[in-house]
Amino acid sequence: MPSLKDLKTRIESVKSTRKITKAMQMVAAAKLRRAQDSAEQSRPYAERFGHVMSKLAASVGDSESAPKLLRGTGSDQTHLLVVMTAERGLCGGFNTNIAKLARAEAEKLKAEGKTVKILTVGKKGRDSLKRDYADHFVEHVDLSGVRNVGYSDAQGVAQGILDRFDAGEFDVAKLFFSQFQNVVTQIPTMQQIIPADVSSDADGGDDAFYDFEPDEEAILTQLLPRGVATAVFSGLLENGASEQGARMSAMDNATRNAGEMIDKLTIQFNRSRQAVITNELIEIISGAEAL
Amino acid sequence: MADTVQFDLVSPERLLASVEAKEVQIPGSEGDMTAMPDHAPLITTLRPGVLKVSGTDGDKEYVVTGGFAEINESSISVLAEQAVPRDEISQEQFKAMVDDATDRLAKAQETYVNEPGPVDDAAKLLADMVAMGDEIGLSAN
Repeated sequence: MPSLKDLKTRIESVKSTRKITKAMQMVAAAKLRRAQDSAEQSRPYAERFGHVMSKLAASVGDSESAPKLLRGTGSDQTHLLVVMTAERGLCGGFNTNIAKLARAEAEKLKAEGKTVKILTVGKKGRDSLKRDYADHFVEHVDLSGVRNVGYSDAQGVAQGILDRFDAGEFDVAKLFFSQFQNVVTQIPTMQQIIPADVSSDADGGDDAFYDFEPDEEAILTQLLPRGVATAVFSGLLENGASEQGARMSAMDNATRNAGEMIDKLTIQFNRSRQAVITNELIEIISGAEAL
Repeated sequence: MADTVQFDLVSPERLLASVEAKEVQIPGSEGDMTAMPDHAPLITTLRPGVLKVSGTDGDKEYVVTGGFAEINESSISVLAEQAVPRDEISQEQFKAMVDDATDRLAKAQETYVNEPGPVDDAAKLLADMVAMGDEIGLSAN
């Protein structure tokens, strides 16, 4: 049975924990709004981009001259997994879920006899994957100094990926991030970025014949690298919103748990105090009776 | 025939404009073009330049640094790499764009020693950027 003093200290410490988690929840809520805004603002671009891309891809088709970024290298031996996670923890299963998805994919590819390379963005993903896949790591991009992710950050990441592709280091690149659904649901997602996956955007209804200026291939060579940057950028923004959402609900849970804990401890504290008082009374009464 | 066309200007970070336009002057990489309603379907790349929109509620001008435009009968979408309303662009912002283009040229010269293609492209980008500066009255230095 803990003493009254012990109980009191514990209640105090849980109370201050509750204050911290409450504050973190509120900060996450404020940041979530901003992150969600920027994720939404970037959607029109990504949508139209996909549209233009599918038009071009449909027009170029599978011709020999199509750029490698669209057609692939003709092999799928080496896979690059780009795993994007948060820089900080304390956000529930957010980082773990992304890492879990990436790990499952890596295992699957390894079982098929493929070579796996891993590039991480965000410290948490690196930490959790490094343990099992240290020798598959090729690079870690550090964005911890960046407060608001801008397109130029995404371009930097994308450029790194493209340089490796040009150097022939891998054949297929996949992006791992968390799609923001709402505060309680974030869906870990895998998206293939190289070769560009345009099949999902193919809308059969609109088959107007487009002119191209300059020709299709010249546009494609400009468009495809940007497609990678756009995919990375929207991944980063979705991740940003997901992270704050996940943190918000994790901290909400933590605050609630702390509250329950305080209630429980307070009851225990009151009981013990009552026990002490009763004890003292018994001592006094029995002392008086003995006289 | 409709006398206006849906015009959207988007950059990766946000949607800058979505209006009904009567005509849009686009700085295409092969030359300026003016798109009006019922234009033939066309996809073009952009060079740095000024994009002029004559909307139903007045004219607006935007500075774009490159990107794509998709034009069809009923809509014009411009996907700019960077876009800033002309009256909001500052000397510093413009300077940053020019510096970026200069860096790109230097990098291209370094990487592609015996291939004129990419170097010429980068040089053209820089020249277009400077020409755009002249047009909007900002100096490149």
